[in-house]
Amino acid sequence: MVMATTDDIYRILQEVTDPEIPVISVVELGIVRDVQIDDEAHVDVFITPTYSGCPAMDVIPVLIRQAIIDAGYLDVAIHSELSPAWTTDWISPEGRKKLKEFGIAPPDLQKSHAPDQVECPHCSSTDTELISFFGSTPCKAAYRCKACLEPFDYFKCH
Amino acid sequence: MRINPTYVLHLADNNLILGQRLGEWCGHGPVLEQDIALTNIALDLIGQARLLYQCAAELIGDTSEDALAFLRLEHDYRNVLLVELPNGNFADTVVRQYFYDVFNYLNYDALLQCTDEHLRAIAEKALKEVTYHRRWSGEWVIRLGDGTAESHEKVQDAVNHLWEYTGELFSPADFEKESHKMQNTPDVSSLHKAWKKHVVHTLDTATLRIPRDDIWMQSGGKSGHHSEHMGFILSELQYMQRTYPSMQW
Repeated sequence: MVMATTDDIYRILQEVTDPEIPVISVVELGIVRDVQIDDEAHVDVFITPTYSGCPAMDVIPVLIRQAIIDAGYLDVAIHSELSPAWTTDWISPEGRKKLKEFGIAPPDLQKSHAPDQVECPHCSSTDTELISFFGSTPCKAAYRCKACLEPFDYFKCH
Repeated sequence: MRINPTYVLHLADNNLILGQRLGEWCGHGPVLEQDIALTNIALDLIGQARLLYQCAAELIGDTSEDALAFLRLEHDYRNVLLVELPNGNFADTVVRQYFYDVFNYLNYDALLQCTDEHLRAIAEKALKEVTYHRRWSGEWVIRLGDGTAESHEKVQDAVNHLWEYTGELFSPADFEKESHKMQNTPDVSSLHKAWKKHVVHTLDTATLRIPRDDIWMQSGGKSGHHSEHMGFILSELQYMQRTYPSMQW
């Protein structure tokens, strides 16, 4: 049995992306809360759901488990923990940058639930308006840019 | 002492049945964005129901979240009557949702004070989601009430009709009294004042009349005595599991 370090596991997890937003990893999304490895090379990964009904939360543990097994660490368990509840504050700066490049405006750092102005991820104008609190996935709201006229997703604060 | 599983099932059933009702709107919403909003809210509620059924299954033992959601008989469901009422028109759905969302928010908020760690964690998670629900439904009550003559009339009719189903939310069943005493779960009767304040403010803003409180209030859901609508919901909800036992997607 090959012994992994937590750094090894985090490197593997860095390659596991959200199935709905394939540019951001589960680590950057802030849903990996802890990795523990005991003396017998048993790996425990602790994750927390984004939204309680998000369908991606059924897929993500499977993807994580598979990635770790594929890397040769066969004894792995994934645990889901509800508390403390996931918050968009846990999305890393790198993750926020990737969201924007992908065309999703990252969450407002002031924690406003539906800010009047969100920077358009396409043209960077702040002349934007809310269309709906609810978008294409549970984590997003729909906005429209009045400058470039494109609709876009906003990763809403949580 | 562990929490009474019936209390947890009651919370789960409320969310499951309302989520199922909202799911009926899928593809039928008045505009695409609101169709998506309704099904997003349904997804959150069913997600919360799953967490609660998992909790109940652990307490009961030798069962599963799916068995609890799909294989119980009608009189075993403990949801309030409000959530099983038909969707009606968009105004009926919006008002039912708003009345429930305001309650659901206050109830989860009070649940943060209970002594059961698992329920506290679910409440902490769910509160964030319900914040968005309450905001959405409240804004629609105002938009419809303060909208055209037709939308005003429809939403006023919905308020008048649904009002008699709000009393049950604040009238504790025995299992609620027990878990309040033993685990400090919410005393729902104490939530009415804050609920009324929120609702009155919204209805006032929406230029709607507020019905009287001293009318006859419907009840029965918490003791398993459901309306004639419940059987139809369950026949659809349970169809797959009853026809193909233990099937999985």
